[in-house]
Amino acid sequence: MKVRKHYVPALAMLGCSALLAIAAGDTQAPPTTLTSPTTPEKAPGADGFIQRWLLLEPIGANGLIDSAVQAIVRKEYFPDQFTVVPHDGDKVSVGDAQLVWHAVETKNYNINLFHFARTLGKPTSNVLFWAVTIVNAPQEVRGVRLAIGSNAASVWWVNGKQVIGIYGDRQTVIDDGVSKRLKLNKGQNIVRAAIVNGGGATDFCARFLDADDKPLVKGFTVQVK
Amino acid sequence: MKYAMLAAALALSSVAFGLDGQIGIHDPSTIVLCNGKFYTYGTGGSSLVSDDGWTWRAGTRLPRTGLAPDVIHLGDRYYVYVAANIGAQPKAAINLISSKTLDPASPDFKWEEGGVVASSDGIEESNAIDPGVFLDPNDHRLWLVYGSYFGYIRLVELDPKTGKRLHPNDQPRNLAINCEASDMIYHDGWYYLLATHGSCCAGAASGYNIRVGRARKVTGPFLDNSGVDMMLGGGKLFLGSSGRDIGPGHFGLLDLGQGVQKFSLHYEADLDRGGASVLDIRPLLWRDGWPVAGENLKEGAYEIESVRTGTALELAVEGMPVGGRPGRGGRGGGRGMFAGTGAVIPPQDVAQVSTSWPAGNIDPRLANYLSQAQQKWAITAVADAGGYPGSPYFKIAIAGTDRTLAVTEDAELVVLPAFTGAPEQLWRFDELADGTWRIMPKAIPNSKSELALSAVGSSFATLGKFDPASEKQRWLLKTP
Repeated sequence: MKVRKHYVPALAMLGCSALLAIAAGDTQAPPTTLTSPTTPEKAPGADGFIQRWLLLEPIGANGLIDSAVQAIVRKEYFPDQFTVVPHDGDKVSVGDAQLVWHAVETKNYNINLFHFARTLGKPTSNVLFWAVTIVNAPQEVRGVRLAIGSNAASVWWVNGKQVIGIYGDRQTVIDDGVSKRLKLNKGQNIVRAAIVNGGGATDFCARFLDADDKPLVKGFTVQVK
Repeated sequence: MKYAMLAAALALSSVAFGLDGQIGIHDPSTIVLCNGKFYTYGTGGSSLVSDDGWTWRAGTRLPRTGLAPDVIHLGDRYYVYVAANIGAQPKAAINLISSKTLDPASPDFKWEEGGVVASSDGIEESNAIDPGVFLDPNDHRLWLVYGSYFGYIRLVELDPKTGKRLHPNDQPRNLAINCEASDMIYHDGWYYLLATHGSCCAGAASGYNIRVGRARKVTGPFLDNSGVDMMLGGGKLFLGSSGRDIGPGHFGLLDLGQGVQKFSLHYEADLDRGGASVLDIRPLLWRDGWPVAGENLKEGAYEIESVRTGTALELAVEGMPVGGRPGRGGRGGGRGMFAGTGAVIPPQDVAQVSTSWPAGNIDPRLANYLSQAQQKWAITAVADAGGYPGSPYFKIAIAGTDRTLAVTEDAELVVLPAFTGAPEQLWRFDELADGTWRIMPKAIPNSKSELALSAVGSSFATLGKFDPASEKQRWLLKTP
């Protein structure tokens, strides 16, 4: 039986830079695994996981089955939502709310969205998170696969093309959803994800697999602006 | 074609397949490959040849005929050992003949006599028939086992450079008694002596059954699973009569590489072929250090589950819980969350739930098995589409529909709305040593790669190079 975690009451509406401030300075602040990036680019972790992302503050959303998730992610919430490459601190209006993009980094294999939203005093249940990262490849790389895990459902795009959709109330499992073989272009490649959570913990992980299905641990860097 | 008569009526029931074509043979030799063709030779000069190991036809008789030949490919030659009684049993001799090829169309098809490699004088406790030749993979020494019910199964050493007897003055070693049709194989530190017990040559009354003992040395002692020496009549049952196949005998290893092993044999009587003695090829499995006779795939409806991930192959459509979506408080309708409906929930009707499925191509994916219609695959043999050692090619479709698993040009999977019979829609199932299955398409469009169904992710299947050491390409076929 899955025991739902309950939403932690909102702390306060915080700006993008407050993420670190709370994590570092307020002893009452809940723990977080996320920090702000301090370098222009970052190589993938030892197991190939992409540890640097731009996250948009959560949008209310309800539904985890295939059709519900597809309807949620295809709804237009803000202009250019399938093409925008945001900067840290960029703001978008979604309905009456103004939401902020945050650059985050983790030393873990996963991005803990529960930590992200809770630290900002935002809801963690029945929400949609948008995530974007830039993958810089010095050379074209063919035959790789994007491999992700997410809690809960998620849909993923690489360079504008949907490559993965996994649905239902699920936990993050490494290499749960895997794309068909794809090509990383020389230069910038945009990886975009929409993660829909029902209740409780929420997080995701992502990496590329090479042509032999081994984690791609070099040959690209990750950048957020 | 044997199965063609049955397939239509038994589309989702269990149907075992015999080999196709002309498969009448008694005492078949080990099957060997020569220039892409499979060959086997039997008693009385019979010979069978196949392009794919599934459909067989009569081959060319050997220049020397006799009892239960065996054949091995060493270097650039094929060595065939043929026994014949040279008087009243048990006076017999085993002769060697060799050729650079088994293909009579080749200019190299030329047999040379190699002389007698073993014999029995009619008085000693041996009958020098039923040769089985074995190359030890550890030290590359070549051995011959032979014998029948007059006395012992015996072992002599051969010269791997010539196929002839080494040390012809040395006395043969006795390995077993009260059996015939012996052969030896090596696996994981053990030598296995497989031999046939029971009576032959009596059609459906034949008691032939294949027994096995094992030893740490090629010279024995070969003990069965109860510790009984085969010199005392021991022997663990490897394969007896079953179904409509009576009297299995004459084991021969067919090693296809990458851990895929099969074995050849004959049944004294195939009841579906009028009780004729016929060839068969079946998977060779291993369990607790003993060989186990596997079965070729039977038609039926299956859950196809990844050994690696535990998730099942399904059509990537939104699933409907069997019995419908539970309402608030569960399905009990006031009976409580865990009480169920109080009645049997029937299997999901694919005709009903499939009305919401897209009409065109749909990707497959892996998911937790929930007994839903998009997770049940009907696997049916395809007539006149060829096969592989032991089986025909199969079609894999969502049960109750024609939605067919196929391979795309970029070596990914897709489910087509209808089956057309194209090679990329045909599938090969090889049972592996642990009883799991390797599943491979007959062809990949515009590619000569040989790839297998592979679970790269928990929710994603594709095609990948078969890795015997990995569980990615191992699948369970479960009753849904």
